[in-house]
Amino acid sequence: MGRITLDKVTKSFGEVNVIPPLDLTINDGEFVVFVGPSGCGKSTLLRLIAGLEDVTSGQIRIDGEDATRMAPAQRGLAMVFQSYALYPHMSVRKNIAFPMKMAGIPEDEQKRRIDSAAKALNLTDYLDRRPGQLSGGQRQRVAIGRAIVREPSAFLFDEPLSNLDAALRVGMRLEIMELHKRLATTMIYVTHDQVEAMTMADKIVVLRAGNIEQVGSPLELYREPRNEFVAGFIGSPKMNIFGGNPAQQHGAQKIGVRPEHIAASTEAGTWQGVVGVAEHLGSDTFLHVHETGLAETITVRVDGELSVKHGDRIFLTPEADKIHRFDAQGLRA
Amino acid sequence: MARAVTTQRKALNTLAAWTVGLLIFFPILWTILTSFKTEATAIADPPVFLFFDWTTENYSAVMQRSDYAEFLWNSIVIAGGSTILGLIVAIPAAWSMAFVPSRRTKDILLWMLSTKMLPAVGVLYPIYLMFIKLGLLDTKIGLTLVLMLINLPIIVWMLYTYFREIPGEILEAARMDGASLRDEILYVLTPMAVPGIASTLLLNFILAWNEAFWTLNLTAAKAAPLTAFIASYSSPEGLFYAKLSAASTMAIAPILIMGWFSQKQLVRGLTFGAVK
Repeated sequence: MGRITLDKVTKSFGEVNVIPPLDLTINDGEFVVFVGPSGCGKSTLLRLIAGLEDVTSGQIRIDGEDATRMAPAQRGLAMVFQSYALYPHMSVRKNIAFPMKMAGIPEDEQKRRIDSAAKALNLTDYLDRRPGQLSGGQRQRVAIGRAIVREPSAFLFDEPLSNLDAALRVGMRLEIMELHKRLATTMIYVTHDQVEAMTMADKIVVLRAGNIEQVGSPLELYREPRNEFVAGFIGSPKMNIFGGNPAQQHGAQKIGVRPEHIAASTEAGTWQGVVGVAEHLGSDTFLHVHETGLAETITVRVDGELSVKHGDRIFLTPEADKIHRFDAQGLRA
Repeated sequence: MARAVTTQRKALNTLAAWTVGLLIFFPILWTILTSFKTEATAIADPPVFLFFDWTTENYSAVMQRSDYAEFLWNSIVIAGGSTILGLIVAIPAAWSMAFVPSRRTKDILLWMLSTKMLPAVGVLYPIYLMFIKLGLLDTKIGLTLVLMLINLPIIVWMLYTYFREIPGEILEAARMDGASLRDEILYVLTPMAVPGIASTLLLNFILAWNEAFWTLNLTAAKAAPLTAFIASYSSPEGLFYAKLSAASTMAIAPILIMGWFSQKQLVRGLTFGAVK
């Protein structure tokens, strides 16, 4: 079980209020991603759940039980840190065994769990090495192994992939997702990378300045961002957002169109502009279009085969039902 | 050309280092040499350096006149005891200052260090009176306590500096893994800080071993360590330089030998724990 409820939780560091009153429910077995720009309070929120920071006010419940004042270890949660936080003076085996040693689990049971975790994480050959002798990906797996053997009610991940190189990151991302499918345990995952959020989450929590901007499934957030911030944050490349005449035509202060919802043509269209940079990815091409009179740059996704070059005149047509409208407060209209 | 210049500079640096090293070592060397001279050669003018009749008579005289073993034992107990006691107090103190600092932590550290700025003689009178009242005068336990307190600021400072190098996330991981504060300090912090703790231990042992002001003022016979043993040979009327040198050599020999061996230990310790 791993149902976590935050009830009007706040956190202040001295005078600075980092988390204003915040409510959130994380259901058992869910993969929840906290995403937001740096300094949005997502890591602080995770540390509050972990018990590494004390809440200033409010209540945290884990499986219905008040955990607000519980010590981290009593909460039955396991955490994987960004820096892996392995014990450098212990072998991999001892690192993984440490939480079980602390919990007083019998030796033979410890051994059984270490062996099965090592097998699942491809660490069997490295059990007697020290963390310093492992690669970044292997260290990350040791950190995950150390979390698994505790059989926690929920896993907490604090930007676990940001120290890995791009190729390894994609691989580890899949491993963590497979782990979630296999264990079906609640996982809370903090990242600033919206791609990680979109690909991994059952539920995304978008945070800004300690406030929850929106909670929803990746596609909900993509299709119906509740405000301008979420619209700009979710999706890659970013949604084009601009005001002016075209927005007024749609009865809104500002409108937003995703690059993939704009059709480009060399002959005719609603808007026109001049091609700046064309990014060729093979399957797709991203055009950065200038001099449209809408915004400085409008990004458009076109077919990889469309041949346009720098300086070409181009016509753009948004898909009418994919236009997002925002009011003066930046809220979805 | 550039290479020649570097080689030349390297040679100069080496020469300078050796000169400074020998200058620092010279008094010790002179003491050791003098300890093997007769009293007459010891005060010869001009002084003789290496070419004299080497004798060990000073050592036998010193051994006959005083109980070296007892002084040595007292030194070991007082220096070792005050260092270990200091570490027991300082490790938790440095832990809290390094990992859960308050707004006043920096001030406390500075205030602690400021006690070292007061000349020791300034507090001799109150401490002497306290020792009389508590019956601690000329006891090993009394001296151990005083030396522990005298060196505590340095121990805390050194450990604080070493602990600050240890990433806090590792200690948080231990907390998540169910380690109590005791487990965290015992199984995670201390093993990771072994090189730092070892060098702190060594330095404070040496400081306590060589401490002369309190050991001379607060002891008479029973708890007197090697510093008192040396002092007993520096009589104002008789000029027994050779015997004084022999006593000094015997007093510093153990710490010199220990320093030599633990130095190697320390270097190994430093490279051993180098995992970041």
